[in-house]
Amino acid sequence: MGETLLEVKNLKKYFRVAAGTLHAVDDVSFTIDQGHTLGIVGESGCGKTTLGRTILRLIEPTSGEMVFGGKDLRKLGTREMRYMRREMQIIFQDPYSSLNPRKPIAETIEEPILLAGLIPDTDKRFMRVLELMDTVGLAERLINTYPHELDGGRRQRVGIARALAMNPKFIVCDEPVSSLDVSIQAQILNLMKTIQRDTGVTYLFITHDLSVVNHFSDDIAVMYLGRLVEKAPAEALFQEPLHPYTEALLSAIPVPRIHNRRERILLKGELTSPINPEPVCRFAARCTKCMDICTKEEPPLIEARPKHFVACHLHKAMVS
Amino acid sequence: MRFAMSSMGIERWKRFKANRRGFYSLWIFLGLFGLSLFAELISNDKPLLISYGGGLYLPMATSYTEKAFGGEFSTAADYRDPAVQSLIKAKGWILWPPIRFSYNTMNYDLPSPAPSPPTLINPLGTDEKGRDILAILIYGFRLSVIFGLTLSILSSMVGVAVGAVQGYYGGKIDILGQRFIEIWSGMPTLFLLIILSSVVQPNFWWLLLITLLFGWMSLVGLVRAEFLRARNFEYVQAAKALGVSNSRIIFRHILPNAMVASLTFLPFILGGSITTLTTLDFLGFGLPVGSPSLGDLLSQGKNNLQAPWIGISTFIVIAGVLSLLVFIGEAVRDAFDPRRAYK
Repeated sequence: MGETLLEVKNLKKYFRVAAGTLHAVDDVSFTIDQGHTLGIVGESGCGKTTLGRTILRLIEPTSGEMVFGGKDLRKLGTREMRYMRREMQIIFQDPYSSLNPRKPIAETIEEPILLAGLIPDTDKRFMRVLELMDTVGLAERLINTYPHELDGGRRQRVGIARALAMNPKFIVCDEPVSSLDVSIQAQILNLMKTIQRDTGVTYLFITHDLSVVNHFSDDIAVMYLGRLVEKAPAEALFQEPLHPYTEALLSAIPVPRIHNRRERILLKGELTSPINPEPVCRFAARCTKCMDICTKEEPPLIEARPKHFVACHLHKAMVS
Repeated sequence: MRFAMSSMGIERWKRFKANRRGFYSLWIFLGLFGLSLFAELISNDKPLLISYGGGLYLPMATSYTEKAFGGEFSTAADYRDPAVQSLIKAKGWILWPPIRFSYNTMNYDLPSPAPSPPTLINPLGTDEKGRDILAILIYGFRLSVIFGLTLSILSSMVGVAVGAVQGYYGGKIDILGQRFIEIWSGMPTLFLLIILSSVVQPNFWWLLLITLLFGWMSLVGLVRAEFLRARNFEYVQAAKALGVSNSRIIFRHILPNAMVASLTFLPFILGGSITTLTTLDFLGFGLPVGSPSLGDLLSQGKNNLQAPWIGISTFIVIAGVLSLLVFIGEAVRDAFDPRRAYK
C-alpha cells in the first residue's frame, strides 16, 4: 500500500471536429496508489469516459504521459502493450453491449486466459472459468447461457469476471453500475469492494453519481469540461468542497431527511462548448462566485489544503 | 470452447429445421444436385454395362471398337447404331442408363424435324439441333450450380475480406476502398465481357474469373457497414482492452455477428451467379458452343416459339432452382439469429 501504481501527467486528448478542436481531456494529471480507488466525477460530456479509455490506450492520447508500474505506456510497442494489457482492465457501463452476443458467457470469460496461453490444458482452463464465475457470484449452471438470457446485474458480473480473469493490478470502471437498478447497484459495488479487499486491485472509478463514489473511493477527482477542477481525499471533499462546481454537485445529492433545509445551488446555463475553449476558467459562465479574473485567466490546479487540490481563483496555494 | 460450440450448432440446426419449407428445400436441392453429380450414369449415349460373349464391358470407362463386338470397322463403337445393338444382343445383353442421350448426342431418327416435340424416346422433346432436352437440363443444372457455388464462395470470400478490412480500420483505407469500388462497379461489365470473349475463347474458368472480377462487390457494402457499426461496440473495445489481436477481433468477434446478414445473402448470391451465367449464355457470350447450358436453351426457346417445350421446361428448371435457393436462404437466416422468436 502507498506505492504509486499509476501516474498520469498532463494527459490531453483532442478530437478534430468540423467546428474546430474538441478538448475532451485537457491537461489532466493525477496519481493512484496501489490498492486505492480514485473516483472520477463529472456530468455527462465532461470527458470522464474518454479519460478512462485514453489511459488504457483504447483511444490514443494527443499528448501526455501515463506511467504504469514505472513504465510509460505510450512508449510501449504493440506487442509490449498487448502484454501490458493483462495488468490493466476495464469494466464497461453498459452490460448489454459490452458482451459479445454470440458467445456463451463462459467463452467470454475464457478468452483472455486462452489468449495469454497461461493455462494450455482445456480442463484446467474450464476450472478457472468456474472459479471466476464463483468469485463474481454467477451460478455454475449459467455457463452456457448467452448474454441476452441474463439480467443486467448478472451480465455486469460477467463483465467483472472477464476483467478479473488475468488478475490485473488496475481496473478502469467506466460507470459500472449506472445502468443497473439501485438494489443491484449495491450488490455489484459490494462485490467490487470485496474483490479489492481480497486481491488488492486498484480502481479508477468513473461515475456521475456522487453518492456512489463516496461509498467507494479513497480519493475523488472532479472533472469539468475536460479539466480536473478539484481532487481530494473523499472525506475532505465531502466536508469542505473548495470549488464552486463541487459545492453545487454536493448540494444536489438527495438527503433522506424529512425536514431537510439544506440549500441547493442551482446551476444556470449550459456547459460552455468544449470546442476551441478560451484560456479562461471554464466554469465561469455558470459560477455563482464569478470574479473579474475568472474570465481573463485560467486557474491552475493548486494544493490549497494538504492533499486537497483545486483549480479556482478563490483559493490560494498553501505556503509550504 | 468445446463445451459450448456443439450446443450452439445444435440450436442453429434446430432453428433451421423449424422452418419446414427451407428444410425441405435444402433436401430437395441437395438431392437434385447429388443426383446431377452422377449425370453420366443417368443420361448417357453409352450403355452402363454390356455382356458380350461371356465377357463384361464397361463402355463408359473404356472405349471399344466395333470389331470387339464382331463389327466391321475399327472405329469406336456407336452403341446407338441399331446394327451395333443387334450385333451385341446376338451374344449377350445391354444395360442402358434411364436416358439414352448425353447432352451433346444428336438424335438422327426423329419422327419430325428438330426441334421435335416430346416422344417416348425424348421425354421433353429435342432442341433445334436434335439433342435431348432432358439430358441438357440435367447436365446444365449441374454445370450452373457448380459455377454458381464456386462463384458465390469466391466472391463472398473476397467481398467479406475487403468489407471487413474497410469497416474495421475505417479512415483512409475505408475512403480509398469505397472510391475504388465505386469506380470498379461503374465498369460496363457486359461490354468488357463481350470484348474479352472476342480475345479469348471463354470457357468455364475464364467466365468464372471474369464474373468474379466484376462481381465481388456485392457483399462489401453490407459487411463494411456491419463492421463500422461493430467496431465501436463495447465488447469489441473490451476485446481490445484484453489485448486481442486485430485479426482475431475481425474474425472471431465481429465476423460471426456480421455473418447473419452475409449468410442470408449467400443463397441469393448463388441464385444471382446462376442467373449471370444463364444471361451470358442466352446472349451467346457464355460457355462455348456445345456446352450443356440453360441460357442457350432459353435462347433456343425464344427463337422457336412454335416449340414451347424448350422454353417451358427450361423455365421450370431455372425458376425451381432459384425458388429453392430463396427458401433455403430464409431458413439459414432463421438459424443464425438467436434473438428470433421460436414459432
